[in-house]
Amino acid sequence: MDLATFGVQLLNAIQYGMVLFLVASGLTLVFGILGIINLAHGAFYMIGAYLAYWIATYTGNFGIALLGSVVIAFGIGWLMEAFLVKRLYGRDHLAQVLLTFGVILVLDELRQLLFGKDVHSVPPPAWLSGTIQLTDNLSYSIYRLAICAFCLIVAAIIFYVIRYTKIGMIVRAGAENREMTRVLGIRFDVVNRYVFAVGIALAAFGGAVVAPISTVFPGMGDGMLILSFVVVVLGGLGSIAGALIGALLIGLTDTFGKVFFPGVASILIYVLMAAVLIWRPNGILGRREI
Amino acid sequence: MNMQSDRQWWFIGAVCLAAAIALPFLVPAYYAQFAAKVFIMGILAMALNLVVGHGGLVSLCHGAFFGLSGYVLALATPGYDPAALWWTLPLALLVTAFAALIIGALALRTRGIYFIMVTLAFGEMLFFLFFDNQFAGGSDGMFINTKPELAIAGYQLFDLDKPITFYFAVLAALVVTIAVLSMLVRSPFGHALAATRDNERRVRALGFPVFQIRLTAFVISGALAGLAGYFAAAQFGFVVPQMLGWHVSATALVMVLIGGLRSVTGPLLGALVLLGLEEVLKATTEYWKLIEGIVVIVLVIAMPSGLRQLLPHVLGRTTKPAPPAKSEATQGGGAHG
Repeated sequence: MDLATFGVQLLNAIQYGMVLFLVASGLTLVFGILGIINLAHGAFYMIGAYLAYWIATYTGNFGIALLGSVVIAFGIGWLMEAFLVKRLYGRDHLAQVLLTFGVILVLDELRQLLFGKDVHSVPPPAWLSGTIQLTDNLSYSIYRLAICAFCLIVAAIIFYVIRYTKIGMIVRAGAENREMTRVLGIRFDVVNRYVFAVGIALAAFGGAVVAPISTVFPGMGDGMLILSFVVVVLGGLGSIAGALIGALLIGLTDTFGKVFFPGVASILIYVLMAAVLIWRPNGILGRREI
Repeated sequence: MNMQSDRQWWFIGAVCLAAAIALPFLVPAYYAQFAAKVFIMGILAMALNLVVGHGGLVSLCHGAFFGLSGYVLALATPGYDPAALWWTLPLALLVTAFAALIIGALALRTRGIYFIMVTLAFGEMLFFLFFDNQFAGGSDGMFINTKPELAIAGYQLFDLDKPITFYFAVLAALVVTIAVLSMLVRSPFGHALAATRDNERRVRALGFPVFQIRLTAFVISGALAGLAGYFAAAQFGFVVPQMLGWHVSATALVMVLIGGLRSVTGPLLGALVLLGLEEVLKATTEYWKLIEGIVVIVLVIAMPSGLRQLLPHVLGRTTKPAPPAKSEATQGGGAHG
């Protein structure tokens, strides 16, 4: 493998890892603050992609599509917390798993009703649709670079908000010691609703942003759900930095696995997960329990 | 449970068994086939409930054990000849038990929400193993052209290709599953398992090997899910990777929830209710999954203890104390939010 090919694969790995990070950070944020496991997270990734496709076909503007799908997903997330997830606090994990599974069934069927089950593709915005010529026969899509940039910006915003703002302080305090934070007068019902909506919006953003480079298809949510889970298991539940490490590890493992060991590439990330489970059962940056 | 109600449950069980034996002679073949499907999914849901209800571990990879066992049968069936039941069934159970041992040993290093995610991920690993590779038909799956038979020295004892034989074989598997699970739950092992669910630290402090207890339950539960998968593959006549997918596990969990977590046979009732509902919905609307999803959501919110919650209302006074309103099955670690 020459240097240019290696560079391209490395960029692919980072781009893939960054999208994974965005989606998984939504999942881990919701778990860290609400203590809820949301199986429908992947379904919102799929919905985000379909919304982007739908809005892009009507408006012809990918920027509006991206924004619109995130805003709509935020709204759905807000409503979902207010009407469903709210009732799960204090319930066991089985209730969380099954309620969110029910939401998946509903979302899948609604998607079927609204958009059908066809596979779609979305054109990237014109000014990002070209390629960069790396060598004579090797080029790289500008849009893929733009994804890296998008995701880095969003990741930076997440880190900034969590680390340096008052909202971030509340979120961190809530993840650390919920009761104490409540006693100090923080309205958790409000915090929960926004955190959940932001988590869902992140999933939809991930789906919308990859729509131009991958096809939009009904089963895309399931695969993403599993990958986000693996990211969270690798990185440590509730840890945003852990999610970043986990996502980049999976991006690298998957991309280079496909290059070097095409036969077993789909198994490799699970081998990685098994190894981390043996080494650190609570994830690379996870806290120890019991 | 006192002697009085114990005897009552034996009586109800005997009546149900008698009805199940009489069923294929009384109703059209379609309904007997439907009943066999209910029994098969009931075995899966009851097997799952050993770890979920009694062990407090929400597993999302039992669909993978279910499908894996089906694939063992498909791969062991030689072309157009029937597979021999006497070795393919034990082989299928052995393979699923082994898979459960490996996955369980890794997944049980975690608990709570982690356990759910890890079992889901490993289950999907098995899914992709069969989906991406061509040795078992890839994404198209495989046909099982003839159902297995039991023959001794060339003389055919019974042939699962006959619907009536198949029905009774499944019924026998169901009875064995109920017997095994009932004995397990009442044994010292079952009590230890329930104790690890209720208070892991205390059980550990008392010197019980928590990990081994949970792993044993997980392996037994996985093997029984394999029993269901073997018959499911034989009934459908084909296997596809979706059989291993986590939606199967989640559907079985819904059955567990409907039937109630704390009884052995509850999930069987759950299977009957859910499959019956699906049957009715499929006949009435194209978008039956939408209704099913809404039903699941409403069930979780309104009936945390399953249909048993309705029992006091139906019977007036009950012979059993009312089940606890809030199940604290998986209270253990994990939820440090």
